[in-house]
Amino acid sequence: MSTEWESVIGLEVHVQLATESKIFSDAPVAAGGDPNSRACGVDLGLPGVLPVLNESALGMAVTFGLAVDGKIARECRFDRKNYFYPDLPKGYQISQLAEPVVSGGHLDIDLGDGRSRRIHLTRAHLEEDAGKSVHDAYAGLSGIDLNRAGTPLLEVVSEPELRSPHEAAQYFRALHSLVRALGISDGNLNEGSMRCDANVSIRPKGRKELGERTEIKNINSFRFVERALAFEIERQIGAVEAGGEVVRETRLYDAERDETRPMRGKETSEDYRYFPDPDLLPVVVTDAMLEQARARLPELPAAKRERYARDFALDDYACARLTGDPDLARYFEAVTATGVEPRQAANWVLGEVSAALNRDERDADDIPVPAEELGTLIARIDEGVISSTAARTLLATLWREGGDADAHIADSGLAQLNDDDELRRLAQEALQHHPDQADQYRAGKTKLLGFFVGQVMKASQGKANPRQVNELLRELLTGV
Amino acid sequence: MAGGAFATLSELRAELAARRVGAVELAQACLDRIAAQAHLNAFVSTCPERALARAEAADRRIAKEGQTALVGLPFAHKDIFCVQGLPTTCASNMLADFVAPYDATVAARMDAAGAVLVGKTNMDEFAMGSSSETGHLGSVRNPWDTGRVAGGSSGGSAAAVAAGLVPAATGTDTGGSIRQPAAFCGVSGLKPTYGRVSRYGMIAFASSLDQGGPMARTAEDLRLLLACMEGRDPRDSTSADVPPTAAEATPRPLRIGIPGEYWDALGTDMGTALDAARRGIEGLGHNLAAVSLPHTRAAVAAYYVISSAEASTNLSRYDGVRYGHRASAPKDLEDLYRRSRSEGFGDEVKRRILTGAYTLSVGYYDAYYQKAQRVRRLIRQDFLDAFASVDAILAPVTPTPAFELDAMQADPTDMYRQDAFTVPASLAGLPALSVPCGQIGGLPVGMQLIGPHFAEDRLLALGEAWQRETDWHMPHPRDSRAGPEAT
Repeated sequence: MSTEWESVIGLEVHVQLATESKIFSDAPVAAGGDPNSRACGVDLGLPGVLPVLNESALGMAVTFGLAVDGKIARECRFDRKNYFYPDLPKGYQISQLAEPVVSGGHLDIDLGDGRSRRIHLTRAHLEEDAGKSVHDAYAGLSGIDLNRAGTPLLEVVSEPELRSPHEAAQYFRALHSLVRALGISDGNLNEGSMRCDANVSIRPKGRKELGERTEIKNINSFRFVERALAFEIERQIGAVEAGGEVVRETRLYDAERDETRPMRGKETSEDYRYFPDPDLLPVVVTDAMLEQARARLPELPAAKRERYARDFALDDYACARLTGDPDLARYFEAVTATGVEPRQAANWVLGEVSAALNRDERDADDIPVPAEELGTLIARIDEGVISSTAARTLLATLWREGGDADAHIADSGLAQLNDDDELRRLAQEALQHHPDQADQYRAGKTKLLGFFVGQVMKASQGKANPRQVNELLRELLTGV
Repeated sequence: MAGGAFATLSELRAELAARRVGAVELAQACLDRIAAQAHLNAFVSTCPERALARAEAADRRIAKEGQTALVGLPFAHKDIFCVQGLPTTCASNMLADFVAPYDATVAARMDAAGAVLVGKTNMDEFAMGSSSETGHLGSVRNPWDTGRVAGGSSGGSAAAVAAGLVPAATGTDTGGSIRQPAAFCGVSGLKPTYGRVSRYGMIAFASSLDQGGPMARTAEDLRLLLACMEGRDPRDSTSADVPPTAAEATPRPLRIGIPGEYWDALGTDMGTALDAARRGIEGLGHNLAAVSLPHTRAAVAAYYVISSAEASTNLSRYDGVRYGHRASAPKDLEDLYRRSRSEGFGDEVKRRILTGAYTLSVGYYDAYYQKAQRVRRLIRQDFLDAFASVDAILAPVTPTPAFELDAMQADPTDMYRQDAFTVPASLAGLPALSVPCGQIGGLPVGMQLIGPHFAEDRLLALGEAWQRETDWHMPHPRDSRAGPEAT
């Protein structure tokens, strides 16, 4: 009776490119600033001004195209997309319709269970961002802030190949990792450096034709992509199963209420009257530009993952997490460069370090503990100088106060108790205090070893070397 | 004016160099004549304080360094060029109160060359027209007959030079807007190759066609002005990086093409005048040859589709939000847009916006815009083919001399057909010179010399040689008085 539904999802992600100046003017690109303080005559759309392409934006788009193995247009053209809106100063947006700078290409996404899937891209094109309307500054009036107008965007459009909200979120993550690894965007989701529109439809599983789709606008986090799509798919299924239908419309995701809603106003099919912008001559992407971009291409997340699995013997999860953030990967490699075992380094970076970053809302390019100091801590664990527990405490101290790992070990008194005689004395005491348990152990209940280790650790205030304690206890319990 | 109201720039340079006249004196004489001939409606505004201050600076410069470039020479800008601190209206209600906060590249270059701006000339609203009748301040009068139009859209500049209000002015030419008014008013005008002169700060009408250029009494003066206006501008992506036009011509015998498609379309009077010009050119030692430009017939239609399409989006920025006319007490955003634009734009501008939006719409784009672009390529190819066998093309500028005011108002397409001889060179991006070559019934008639891309030097040399041998550029109208028809 009940149909099994399949969802079909395509994402359009607007990636803000990390250029110094705007895409068609020399005004600076920077968040904040007084309204309209970072908008020049070109951004304001004054009479007579003309756009001039910022070639570094084009270079970044080319870099992206090479990284996703897309086709780079050798002649780059721009079109005008015409519509009226107060934050669109010229009454048109300069974009690319007919000949995007990148066509095709693909991105591999991590499905989370060791498997990956290749998602194909339709295109990636350059365009300018609009300004912002400010509705709460003046009573009865709207303000227009054009600081953001003209900010370069690369709109990356996927094929409708994503099959679940999770896949969509993973795709968004993969794209985020890639543009950060390429250094073409700061990827700052909170500041809107990556914004995503999701197109979604449902169809009975096995059917070929696509259902009517809706578009969810302006989603700015991985989590929201997943939640907005999950809600929307449920809503569509609910509507169809109740005998209704899906209406083509644009919806907004309300994170607070965790739902999508139709955008205000009636949906009219808008005719943007696209045509080639006569103010911008076609820009030729030369062989030299391509070669230069290719030569500057850093190691990409996918290649890095393979290398981490091969050279460091890390599991899929660790590979994915580390390579997902170029700064975290850089930190991890710096820790391993101190000579510590890579899997241990990965555990620390993905465990304690990542948790502290989350707690402090810091980025991985801003880890306060130098990689060398974390390397020292890990080495001291290996050497038996400190326990893992002590190392965690010491890392927290380094995080807070900075300084030298060895100096902190000395000051803290957390250096491990390795003295064989002292440990033997503590172990014997533990056996004497718990004769019943000792007998049970000898009668075959060997699980009780842990109980005795715990007693010794307690007695030593956590400083006893657990490996030595284990050996000693086993010897004392079986050998006597 | 000292040195005579109808002196050329070259003559004035000599006067200034010899200290027989000063820049302040010249500027003041222009301002006086503009005021005395205000009924011509050739100016939208004057800038006496700025002009006299700059003229004083020019006099000091001449005293120190002698006269160079355009130092001390008075001139006017078409009111389409932004000049920092001055009203720049494009003869539109939409920009009636707009004061430009920056200089057009051409304005900055003319300043740097030492020329003294005295005011800004009237035109068709947003340069859309061939008669200078559509501006928000009313029609420009032809100094030869104030009941007739001065041509357009640079009619104010043409009338100002013809009436001896200024010795030179800038103009812009999208489909003939320098050449046609020059012909109607008996002055010389050059539309440079597309890309020769920066469009930055020149308010856009049709971006792929707009080109600024000089208007003056002689071809020699045009050369002087072009040298200061031209050149690659990093602020205009479409400006070309080409060598400057030579300061002096090297005359040599040329092969001059006579396009049958143009000549066959002429009426008797115009045919007679142009035939005389043709014989005159031959008399200068040049060889004539028939050429064919077979797609000429489709040029006007293609031009109006392309220019209107571009205009429709170029003028979207006039929305009442940031500057320009804003409707009072709008109910909502839609009302703000609707009324600001309805009140701000005149009929002809609205007509072009509507036409242009239509031709770019889904379902019509291929039939109109794309097709017009194909015609444009064919027309360009016609010229390139012709220039394989000739060095320049001789053609009429207009079908008739200046027509009467209001004569073309009933059917706008009558007006559009006036551009038949000028739009082909515009579509092909070619340089074209308009110089006086005769008179019909006391009204000036012009001829057009069209050259290959960036061959301004050759056209100007032809014009200079022509003006050494003839004196059609010499006669000037008598000062007129405000008549009852001037309102």
